[in-house]
Amino acid sequence: MMQKLTTYNYSTAILAAFEYLLAKYPDVFVIGQGLWSPWYVGNSMTDLDKKFGKQRVIDTPVAESACTGAAVGASLAGLKPIVVHPRLDFMLYAMDAIVNQAAKWSYMTGGQGHPGLTIRGIINRGGEQGAQHSQALQAWFAHVPGLRVVMPATVADARDLLVSSVLCKDPVIYIDDRWLYDLTDDLPPVVERDLRQERAKCLREGRDLTIVGSSYSTRLALNAAEELERRGISAEVVDLRVLNPLDTEAVVNSVKKTGRLLVVDGGWGPCGVAGEVISSVIEQIQLTDLKVNPRRVTLPFAPAPTARNLEKAYYPDKNSVISAAEALFYL
Amino acid sequence: MSLMGDEFSLRRLADPAEFHSELRLDGTPPERLRAYMTDMVRIRLAERQLAAGRRDGLIGGPVHLGVGQEAVAVGVSAHLRASDRVFGAHRSHCHLLALGSSMEGLFAEVLGRDSGHSKGMGGSMHLWDQPKGFYGSVPIVAGTVPLAVGAGLAAKLQQSGDIAVAYLGDGAVEEGVVHESLNLARIQDIPIIFVVENNLFASHMHISTRQPKDSTARFAAANGVAHRVIDGNDVIAVAAAADELVHAARSGEGPGFIEAVTFRWYGHVDWREDIDVGLYRSAEELDNWRRRDPIRRLKDAMLKTGVWTDQDDKSLMDQLQKEVEAAWTQAIHAPYPDAGALLNRLYYQEDRR
Repeated sequence: MMQKLTTYNYSTAILAAFEYLLAKYPDVFVIGQGLWSPWYVGNSMTDLDKKFGKQRVIDTPVAESACTGAAVGASLAGLKPIVVHPRLDFMLYAMDAIVNQAAKWSYMTGGQGHPGLTIRGIINRGGEQGAQHSQALQAWFAHVPGLRVVMPATVADARDLLVSSVLCKDPVIYIDDRWLYDLTDDLPPVVERDLRQERAKCLREGRDLTIVGSSYSTRLALNAAEELERRGISAEVVDLRVLNPLDTEAVVNSVKKTGRLLVVDGGWGPCGVAGEVISSVIEQIQLTDLKVNPRRVTLPFAPAPTARNLEKAYYPDKNSVISAAEALFYL
Repeated sequence: MSLMGDEFSLRRLADPAEFHSELRLDGTPPERLRAYMTDMVRIRLAERQLAAGRRDGLIGGPVHLGVGQEAVAVGVSAHLRASDRVFGAHRSHCHLLALGSSMEGLFAEVLGRDSGHSKGMGGSMHLWDQPKGFYGSVPIVAGTVPLAVGAGLAAKLQQSGDIAVAYLGDGAVEEGVVHESLNLARIQDIPIIFVVENNLFASHMHISTRQPKDSTARFAAANGVAHRVIDGNDVIAVAAAADELVHAARSGEGPGFIEAVTFRWYGHVDWREDIDVGLYRSAEELDNWRRRDPIRRLKDAMLKTGVWTDQDDKSLMDQLQKEVEAAWTQAIHAPYPDAGALLNRLYYQEDRR
């Protein structure tokens, strides 16, 4: 029997996950700024407060630190909170709750206390917003033991990884990127999956080159791979999906096959996700598996500018990925 | 009115020459009084043991001792139940023990043993006994305050009638998140009691060097949170304030704030008295504060009314001293965590409690 498919875009897929969770699980609640606003978080949370009540969908004072800490505390009391930070930049006010409390609670209570909460941070770049409305800080959270970090690149993952995150009993940082919100796909009904079993996935097979990405970077990689195909290069694309704990087995297997590695990340280079993936792969292969040194595509090591021309130069696009990929062959 | 007027001044409460005499018992039932006495002495002897263990090098990590402050946790806990959600900070042995938590579990934890409350993974500064209502303590100043607000929010959403308690100090109110937390608790009518143990010092810094006023209740007032400023070395007064505010919180009236003025007899950390550091902490002042001893003042009142005898006192000391010795012996002979604990307690695992 054919499964019934529903058309979503990335943002309505997120909305569908919220609706699924709030309808099915009475212990789920959502807290964050802008949740009673029709436009604050795109259309990814529209009317949740009307459907599920303002008791369970809580718009808050301007208090990221207390609200995130409160979600940690509520999770210890058995609820499944989702905290929403409409821009990751503002989430930095909540670093104590995330890094000192949520990440360490299980460990320092000897595995007895469990902050099972999800912290949704939205990357909201471009639009000449500049340095404090644009950051992609996944590497910070990927660096901290005790957190889980997920970055969906597909419409299916936008919905299903959010469901898995909320049902997980560990603290999860779920990061979505507004540049992906118009991506469209047809999805079957939600299947609940254990986040602990979710791994990097190969989204496109190829022979000559492995391109690794996450979130919007995976989209760039897929778009670049199409063009590379036309230019005679067969690129395999691996989507990391889960950045912490980082499992690079799929990447290693791919690199052993292709002999070339390019990592694309939406953050900065130094001490970042791309560098971590490259190191981790190098540690697991023979150097002779590689035909050429690995490369990465990341942001220039500067905050985001506001001026239109500089902003255009700042963000890697499909062509940046294509150029970096070609350099692995022709330099 | 001057901005620096007399409002929110602790006045006599901060004067160590005051409040030395016996407590007014206000008709408190004898069994309640005996329970206060037992709980306070139990905490004091346990902390004395920890001070000795640290001094003698048997405890490897820092211990922040609350000797002299026992009445606060004991008075508050008198109105709590096991399903309430209590959070502490760096000086929380007393908060834990006042909930009836095992002394051996505390000792073993401070000694880093597998049988400790946090399975040896937390030490003195990360205590946990959720089955008794102790959700956790951490040494990041004010770190658990928003967590307690959230546990209270959960109680509200769960309609359980439970409340949260956040123990914090006068230093913690200098952290921004406390103000966010008071505001959030009020605007959401969260059932939580903020208990500020104002012992006048943050580490070596006297409150007069850190804040323009010495009463932290001004922050409760600013957020519309019901508050009581009391002698924190008077267990009867603490219990009365807790009774009132806990009842209000359970009845849906939202947060309460108790400022309990007290003093720690030891220094900020470990067994020394710290009369040689910072400002305002002289041997004479400490001596005066010792005369505001919460245990001695309760005992004097109980002896006077005949609720307590010298024989009762001796029996209690004997009994508790035995508990301390037995708990310490058992704890210090307990094994350390397995080597596997280094990595396998990071995430939730179904096979563990």
